[in-house]
Amino acid sequence: MTQKLKYERPFIKKMNTGLMNKFGTQNEAETVRDINGVTVKSLVKEFGSPLFVLSEQQIRRNYRSAVRAFKTRYPKVQFAWSYKTNYLNAVCSIFHQEGSWAEVVSGFEYRKALNNGVTGEHIIFNGPQKSTDDLLLAINNNSLIHIDHFDELYTLISLCEEQNKKPRVAIRVNMDTGVYPVWDRFGFNYENGQAWSAITKVINSGKMQLVGLHCHIGTFMLSTAAYGIAAAKMSELAIQCKTVLNNPIEYLDLGGGFPSTNTLKGAYLPGVDTVPSVDDFAEVITTTLLNAGFKHEELPLLILESGRVLIDDAGYLLGSVVANKRLSDGRRSLIMDFGINTLFTSLWYDHKISPAQDASQHIDNVVLYGPLCMNIDVIRESVNLPAMEPGDNVVVHKVGAYNMTQWMQFISMRPAVVLIDENRQPHLIRKAETLEYLEMPEVSPVHLQQVKTV
Amino acid sequence: MKLKANIATSDNGFIFNPATGDSYTSNPIAAFILALMKTGKTDAEIKLEILNTYDVEATALERDWEDWMLQLKDANLLEAK
Repeated sequence: MTQKLKYERPFIKKMNTGLMNKFGTQNEAETVRDINGVTVKSLVKEFGSPLFVLSEQQIRRNYRSAVRAFKTRYPKVQFAWSYKTNYLNAVCSIFHQEGSWAEVVSGFEYRKALNNGVTGEHIIFNGPQKSTDDLLLAINNNSLIHIDHFDELYTLISLCEEQNKKPRVAIRVNMDTGVYPVWDRFGFNYENGQAWSAITKVINSGKMQLVGLHCHIGTFMLSTAAYGIAAAKMSELAIQCKTVLNNPIEYLDLGGGFPSTNTLKGAYLPGVDTVPSVDDFAEVITTTLLNAGFKHEELPLLILESGRVLIDDAGYLLGSVVANKRLSDGRRSLIMDFGINTLFTSLWYDHKISPAQDASQHIDNVVLYGPLCMNIDVIRESVNLPAMEPGDNVVVHKVGAYNMTQWMQFISMRPAVVLIDENRQPHLIRKAETLEYLEMPEVSPVHLQQVKTV
Repeated sequence: MKLKANIATSDNGFIFNPATGDSYTSNPIAAFILALMKTGKTDAEIKLEILNTYDVEATALERDWEDWMLQLKDANLLEAK
């Protein structure tokens, strides 16, 4: 008996005439069968689909590479892991093992950092909302409190009086760096003198130690020059603090905002071709600081709060095809088992998506939908993929940042997360959510507890 | 369903519609089906040939056949009934 040929659903594809794309045709359909040597099929079989997968090897590689980019250019550098980017304890622990401090923006993140073994003095507390309890905790743990607004500054002054403690603080500064719109909603403005006013108030209060200055000029920044401007303005403020107020600044925190190589929606060129590297940012920042006029022995510690650039490309989302569907205009579409509730960043990026099994070289343009009964649930409006059948798997690339914090339980539950260690062993680091978990905080009034058949 | 008589197809799956000037590429199984359609075989005969040649269940083929016909219809390659 002769062996039958491998089947694939039949399709035709219209050939378009016109000018060739000068960049050639993009082929994203290259098959990706494994993540760090662990097959996609085995991961899905053991942990289910959809499934987030993180590579410990890649996280450590990214961290070491970023640290090297700065430390080879500047004598005093400290990274602080941005908890909001991905605060799974296993992930945070990798960064802390590598020597990273914690940068948190809420009370629960602060407590998470403590639970992860970070000492209080190595926690940077940012953000516009810090409750009195949160501030007291940070004061008593000798953490670095970054003041966001005058109301917080006055609250801190009164807390210091009550507690008779002198916490270490910084003020957050916002400024015009040539990138618009200016992020002026956080911190005190540099150009209109608000930042200087805050600095003098902190020092004149005598209740706090002004040890640092902080800025975070934006997110997914594609301009290195903006960081040069920020570093120059921060240096000027720091030098003024020393010369005018006799208060040397111990550290400058340049925040985060370095982009990953994801492709932003609407971008003409793919992210891998356009995004500056960490080395590019490091070069601009450190050169500016070294030439700012600090004496060598008085160079401030440079703190960086990078998140996305350190973890985005270490994260993958494995998913499965639910169904094929032909749209009314003839386009092919696929319904996947993950939607925008799981892959929040699909609202910002055209994520690269690869099939996880053998497929023919014939690719077709498809619309990729999620499983939600909501019209907005579109993962990719247009992506080239081979013919796929229900149950086939795909790999979504560069999903490590923000998805595992901004995901939401909506219509479908949040999936499990697996970490592949450096010895290629997968570890479940977050279980898939269940109905029981979902209903745990719910309370039904007694009169509604009787089950009625309608 | 029958392909329009003036539709040109090649063995490697290239399709040309001289009436509209549109051309299409197809995957190997689509080329296989088109070749059978050109010979005048009925839908049932073509499906049987596919089942004999390819590793596919009849239910899966039936599901994809619907979509296949829709593609040909959208591309204006079928004879009007």
